[in-house]
Amino acid sequence: MKPAPFSYRRPGTLQLALESLAGEPDAKVLAGGQSLIPLLSMRLAAPSMLIDINALPDLDHVTTAADGVRVGALARHAAVLADQDAVRVQPLLAKALANVAHSTIRNRGTSVGSLVHADAAAELPVVLRLLGGSLDVASTRGRRTIAAEDLYVGLLETSLRHDEIAVEAFFPALALGEGVAFDEVARRHGDYAMCGVAALVQVDGDRVVRARAGYLSVSEVPTVIELTDAFSVAVDEESLAAAGEMALAGLDPQTDIHASADYRAQLVRVLTARVLRSAYDDARGRMLARVER
Amino acid sequence: MSEELHEVRLVVNGATYDVTVPGRRLLSDALRHDLRLTGTHVGCEHGVCGSCTVLVDGTPMRSCLMLAVSAVDAEITTVEGLALADGSLSPVQQAFKDCHGLQCGFCTPGFLTTITAGIRDNPQPTREEAREMIAGNLCRCTGYQNIVKAVERAAELTSAPRRSSSVETPPGEHL
Repeated sequence: MKPAPFSYRRPGTLQLALESLAGEPDAKVLAGGQSLIPLLSMRLAAPSMLIDINALPDLDHVTTAADGVRVGALARHAAVLADQDAVRVQPLLAKALANVAHSTIRNRGTSVGSLVHADAAAELPVVLRLLGGSLDVASTRGRRTIAAEDLYVGLLETSLRHDEIAVEAFFPALALGEGVAFDEVARRHGDYAMCGVAALVQVDGDRVVRARAGYLSVSEVPTVIELTDAFSVAVDEESLAAAGEMALAGLDPQTDIHASADYRAQLVRVLTARVLRSAYDDARGRMLARVER
Repeated sequence: MSEELHEVRLVVNGATYDVTVPGRRLLSDALRHDLRLTGTHVGCEHGVCGSCTVLVDGTPMRSCLMLAVSAVDAEITTVEGLALADGSLSPVQQAFKDCHGLQCGFCTPGFLTTITAGIRDNPQPTREEAREMIAGNLCRCTGYQNIVKAVERAAELTSAPRRSSSVETPPGEHL
C-alpha cells in the first residue's frame, strides 16, 4: 500500500509545468490527489513522474458571470460548493457536489481534477456533459477548449493529450425556464454511487420544452440521454415511467461487485422518474418565483 | 538503487521539522515515521476510513491522500496539537471522555481533528449536522451514538468554556 517510486516536480509556473509534462511521456499531474494517490498506493498506476500543480498561481478561482461559472484547476470541491454566486447561477453544481464523497475529501479534491480523472462513477463529469460545458486545456503548443461532449472517450479516458493540463472548466448558467435535479443511490453515505442521475428540464408554462438526463456509474462513460419525447403530453406517472424505459434503451447497465446489471437497470427506472419529476418541479418553481417578483 | 530524495520543511503543531523524504512518502507516514508523531493513525490507507485525518491550514484532510512533499506550504495540526497549552484536554477531547465516545481508540484521532474543525465552522450543530460532520469517519466499536453525543457535548463545552468539564449527564439519555 505504498506508491512505487516516482520523480517529483513542484513547478512555480504553468509554463514550467507544461515543459516538464511535455518532456516526460509517463508523467501524471497531481492536483488534489484524492483519486490519484489511492491509485498510486494500490499500485494501479505507476507514473515515472508526478508534476504537482499545487504551487501554481491563479488557478484556484471560481468566477461567476451571467453566462456561467468558470472553475480553475486548483479550486477544491468545497470552495465551489461554498461559492454562493456559483451555485445560484448553476444550482446543479451544489446539488451534485453535495454527493461527492465526504466533506474531508471535498476539502482537498479539485473539481477540474475530477473532470479529467473521468471516473464513470463521478458526479461532475455527468454535470459537465449534461450542461454542455467545456474544459480549457494548456500545453507548450498553446491552449484549446474541449467541448464536454468530446471529452469522455472511454473508461478513465479523456481526449486530453499526454502533454496537456486542464486549467479551467466552464459550467453554463441555468437558462430561463430551466430546472435541475440530482440524485444517486450508494451502498453507504459518501460512497461511489451504483447509479446516479442528473436532470435538466426546460418548461414553457407547464409544458416540457426539453428534458434530458445524465447517468453516472451505469456505463463506462458519463452518458446523456434526450428524454423530451416522453413528456409530449404531460408530466405524470405514466410519462415518467416511459422516460425511464427510454433512458434504458440508450444505456447498457453493467454488472460489477457492487450491483448487478438488472439492479442498475431498476435504479435507472426509479431515479429517472424521481429526478425528472424533481427537475420539472424546480423549473416550474423558478418560473412562478419569477412571476411573483 | 538510489531514489530521488527531497528536503522538506513541515510545520506541524507549530513546530518546524526538516526531513529528507522520497516523493512517494505519504504525509501520514512522514508524520508517524519521520516525525515520530504516532497519534495520527493509519487505517485503510486509501481515504475511506478517516483515521489519518489531520488539519491542513485548519481544514480536515486525509494525510494518507497527501504527499509529504506537497505539504510544504501548509500548517498541519495532528491530534497531538489539539490539547490546550497547559496540557488540559480540548473541548472535543473532553467531550469524548465525558460521553464515552471511544472504545479501542484507533479511529479517535481522526474523529477529534474532524470535529475540532467542524465545531469551529458550525458551533451549534443539530443532531443531523453532527451526524453529517462525522460521516466520513469509520468507527467499528462504538456504534457512533456516543460520538454523536460527543459532538453535541463539544459544542456545549465550546460555547461555555468556563463551565466545569466534569458533567454528570451527557447530552441525550444516560448510558
